Amino acid sequence: MNRSRRLKLRVFRTVVLLVMGAFFLVPIGAMLEFSTRGNSVTAPRTLEAWVQIAQTPGLVKGIVTSLQLAVITSLGMLVLLLPTMVWVRLRLPQISRIVEFICLLPLTVPAIALVVGLKPLYIWININVTPSVLALAFAYLILVLPYSYRSLDAGLAAIDLKTLSEAARSLGAGWGTVMLRIVIPNMPSAILNASLLSVALVLGEYTVASLLNFQNLQVEVAYVGLTNASTSTAVAVGALLLAFVLLMVLTLVGGRLQQQHYIPGQRA
Amino acid sequence: MPFFVFVGLFLLLPTAIVLVGSMTAPGGGFSLTNFAGINKPYMVKAFSLSLSVSAVSAVAGAFFGAVLAYAVVTGNPSGLLRRSIMSASGVLAQFGGVALAFAFIATISTVGFVTVFLKDHGIDIYAKGVWLYDAPGITLIYVYFQIPLMVLVFLPALDGIRPQWREATESLGGSTWHYWRYVAGPLLAPAFLGCTLLLFANAFSAYATVAALLTNGGVYVPLQIQALLTGETEQSQPGLAQALALSMVIIVVVVMTLYALLQRRTSRWLR
Repeated sequence: MNRSRRLKLRVFRTVVLLVMGAFFLVPIGAMLEFSTRGNSVTAPRTLEAWVQIAQTPGLVKGIVTSLQLAVITSLGMLVLLLPTMVWVRLRLPQISRIVEFICLLPLTVPAIALVVGLKPLYIWININVTPSVLALAFAYLILVLPYSYRSLDAGLAAIDLKTLSEAARSLGAGWGTVMLRIVIPNMPSAILNASLLSVALVLGEYTVASLLNFQNLQVEVAYVGLTNASTSTAVAVGALLLAFVLLMVLTLVGGRLQQQHYIPGQRA
Repeated sequence: MPFFVFVGLFLLLPTAIVLVGSMTAPGGGFSLTNFAGINKPYMVKAFSLSLSVSAVSAVAGAFFGAVLAYAVVTGNPSGLLRRSIMSASGVLAQFGGVALAFAFIATISTVGFVTVFLKDHGIDIYAKGVWLYDAPGITLIYVYFQIPLMVLVFLPALDGIRPQWREATESLGGSTWHYWRYVAGPLLAPAFLGCTLLLFANAFSAYATVAALLTNGGVYVPLQIQALLTGETEQSQPGLAQALALSMVIIVVVVMTLYALLQRRTSRWLR
């Protein structure tokens, strides 16, 4: 690469990164600014809106509900998806395309369309099973399928599942032992990745909850926003920053975990 | 296996409900009358608005996303900058919905940070009226999550471009223009087009942002579905909601199929 081109490239990169950085950071900064405004134009900065979060019962309830849903959904996703994917890889490779198709299907059925079909189902669940908001986890398990599938599939592709499971089985391990002590410890970053993506999706979910008349975090945030915009903005930016920290941790830890993968022919 | 029972109940059954329901007449029996309900001026307007906002935000997001991805890819492949931009994109691409609407209200509503700042410096972005709650504003907000998504899906294609190809072009006497026009451009075109389609489907499926921004409803397909589902006036037209939902699914399926075809074409050269 000659010198003038290298210089041009450097200028191009700097300009692009600065402009994009501004475009993405300014709205987040504006939320922080907005949430710390006083009541009048000249009033000093105040954390009143942030204090108000704890004093708004709906918001606290929404936060707790969404956190519960996040935990249930990511655990449920692992319990439902991981054994199925392992089983299909080992025993039924001929149906792997079908499983992939099903898992990626939610990408082509917009949540707003899915909810139209879920509505009668949830009316039935409401009456006959439970009116609890936690029933939302069923719908969320569907929404997280594509992301979890991709993450887990990449994790499973990176380990020599067949050799590992056969070795374990020949040493007398049952399927439960294979799952818990062989598969899961060998793909920590994929599992972490799938779980965190699920958590992020559930914490930000609004469409399904609001249209099925459930109060989760985002529904409460939108509702409180109608009367007290700065408190809602504080919760919204708080949730966003939390998601950032979680995923940054994942990137840093993930880089390290990746190296611990079992690689055939190498020392782990 | 429990997995199949579960997806059967909560994914395939709802889809079937939409499919069958949209083609059932109010009194029962097969009919397409529900789809006739779409052929009304405001419904047609909702579709054209939704489609145009999705298309414009997809094209803009694809262009700027590709530029950003190129800026990232020309840096250190295992550097901190690249890793942070990738994970930030992961967060921001998912950052739709209520929070995003609030972010833009805090930024460029009439009392927003940027609006006030610019006004103090003699620039009034709303001289011709407030456009944040109309198509231009919604397009701008959508671009905010389209660019990061583009970075995520387009970067692998850019990674597939080998420096040797550029060197080969140069050793044959080609200029930078020749390289982009005859080598990199044609190789990246299917990936770029495919990613643009993915962005289109992404914007077209979005609901929460417009719902949070336009609390009084608006002329967008998802908001029409919302109105039909939650309507208290109870002219109860579940069939029409299902017809709208099915129309959305069909549009997304067509777009995603084209995307998959273009992806296959891309992988021929770039892997």
